[in-house]
Amino acid sequence: MSKLANNEREVVISATELTKQFGDFIATNAITFEVFRGEIFGFLGANGAGKTTAMKMLCGLSTPTRGRATVAGFDVSTESEKIKKNIGYMSQKFSLYEDLTVTENIRFYAGIYGLSIPVIKEKTAALLQQLNMKSQKNVLVKALPLGWKQKLAFSIAIIHDPAVVFLDEPTGGVDPITRREFWEMIYAATNRGTTAFVTTHYMDEAEYCNRISIMVDGKIEALGTPADLKSKFNSETMDDVFLKLARNAKRIGD
Amino acid sequence: MKQFRAFIKKEWFHIFRDRKTVFILFGMPVIQILIFGFALTNEVKNANIAVLDYSKDAKSIQLIQKIDASKYFDVYSSLNRASDIDKVLKSGKVKMVIVVPQGFTQSLEAKHKVSIQLIADASDPNFATTLFNYGTSIINDFQKQYFIEKIPLVVTPEIRMLYNPQLKGAFNFVPGVMAMVLMLVSTMMTSIAIVKEKELGTMEVLLASPLRPLLIIISKTIPYLFLSLINITTILLLSVFVLDLPINGSVFLLVILSMLFAITCLSLGILISSSTNSQQVAMLISLMGLFLPTIMLSGFMFPIENMPLPMQFISNLVPAKWYFYIVKDVMIKGLGIGSIWKEVLVLFGMTIFFLVISIKKFKLYLS
Repeated sequence: MSKLANNEREVVISATELTKQFGDFIATNAITFEVFRGEIFGFLGANGAGKTTAMKMLCGLSTPTRGRATVAGFDVSTESEKIKKNIGYMSQKFSLYEDLTVTENIRFYAGIYGLSIPVIKEKTAALLQQLNMKSQKNVLVKALPLGWKQKLAFSIAIIHDPAVVFLDEPTGGVDPITRREFWEMIYAATNRGTTAFVTTHYMDEAEYCNRISIMVDGKIEALGTPADLKSKFNSETMDDVFLKLARNAKRIGD
Repeated sequence: MKQFRAFIKKEWFHIFRDRKTVFILFGMPVIQILIFGFALTNEVKNANIAVLDYSKDAKSIQLIQKIDASKYFDVYSSLNRASDIDKVLKSGKVKMVIVVPQGFTQSLEAKHKVSIQLIADASDPNFATTLFNYGTSIINDFQKQYFIEKIPLVVTPEIRMLYNPQLKGAFNFVPGVMAMVLMLVSTMMTSIAIVKEKELGTMEVLLASPLRPLLIIISKTIPYLFLSLINITTILLLSVFVLDLPINGSVFLLVILSMLFAITCLSLGILISSSTNSQQVAMLISLMGLFLPTIMLSGFMFPIENMPLPMQFISNLVPAKWYFYIVKDVMIKGLGIGSIWKEVLVLFGMTIFFLVISIKKFKLYLS
């Protein structure tokens, strides 16, 4: 598929003053940002900064207290069902069924996204080919190495060609080579027009993103390309940028 | 519908690929029925007794033979001295000693009156009472048989045990086992299966998918409901064909009401799974919080009428108690829906109550 010239400007996620409050505690405090089609958007922040809460709202799992947000053109407060059809989600636990085989996992997730049986068959074959896992297709997932599980989980998260894929710390516990390969898969997906919304703790990974935002105490304190942020904060590395911002945090991570 | 099918298929894989699950689902009901039916019974069958016969005359020997021939007693030993009575009871080999006085035949024929002493080991009082009753009835029987023509008509009370004339323990155990198995399958297994998805993080992915939360829960519970039906069938078949228990009421009604109880248990399982994120906690709550009260307070092990008032009150909160009444009434007394509608209504109410709380908790979890 060819990349359209004006991809960059098509807004896929838009949040305006998005807020979530639990009692007196404001988990996410009026965040405003936009994410464009085909972009890799890094969503950074220390533990407890409010990343997960924000992500849950964008996935339609939690309704905002104030403000609004749209994902793939649908409102998170009122059209969460439609959002769910148009997003993929991969958690840090990889979320595969260990007692099911590779093929069974693919078919199950394709099935719950309502793909038709011929499409499921076709997708399964293509996916096994692409991941080079044909010989493992009937192996139980628990027997696979972590890196393979991770790649499989990602491929399954985008099996229904979603507009946005949310990746919640997708590379935890994986070795650097596999991480590198994993990022190549993300690039490939974004080249096909999917938008990737990634949270991570690895600052070297932040460099792979097109743009990143850094949350501190429920607010977005910085937003821009990695190069912009480094020059703005007079830093050599993203690590340094992050530390400069996160050091001022008042909340203790959980 | 397609989503639903894919989900149910996945559940079957989970169930049948785990040997422990398969064992609990299919082995447990059979084993419990067999254990309760054959081993753990409080029926008196061939209890060992000892005899101290001071007369050793024709009639006393006849009486002892009659006792020995009954299926309740086996004469294990004959004693010669009164001092042996204590010894033989303490050894635990016999549960009762029958003492026949001197000149048995003579006293009977002359005075029409003789005392026979039954000394029972009452360390298990229920068992001792049962032995005593059986012994008395055999002796009364003997008396009638031999002296009917000699003595004027005597009025003797006749006791009839209604509904369960042979006093079979299985009548009590089968409903109890049904309640226990349904509790295990529907409450424990379901709550563990749902919590497992939370623990592994797959629940998040499912919730972020187009599957509606209600559909997720329904798809998780349907396989267990189906398995409950299989278990109910197995238990009923075993009790009819192996334990010789007739089903006196309507089989259809029994199965339908058992399914109602299974649904009550499922809703409890859903409630447990909505209150915890750990499989171990779910299992502990199911076992300690539900299984134990089911055994202790449903009336299946200990009669509710004998409990102190506060306990009787608490027993009303145990769903198994109501189911236990239903099964006993339908299966053993052969009653219809007209006499058990109150129990049915209670189960129904409990189910709705559990479901409403679960939904509320689930919504809290989502926000």
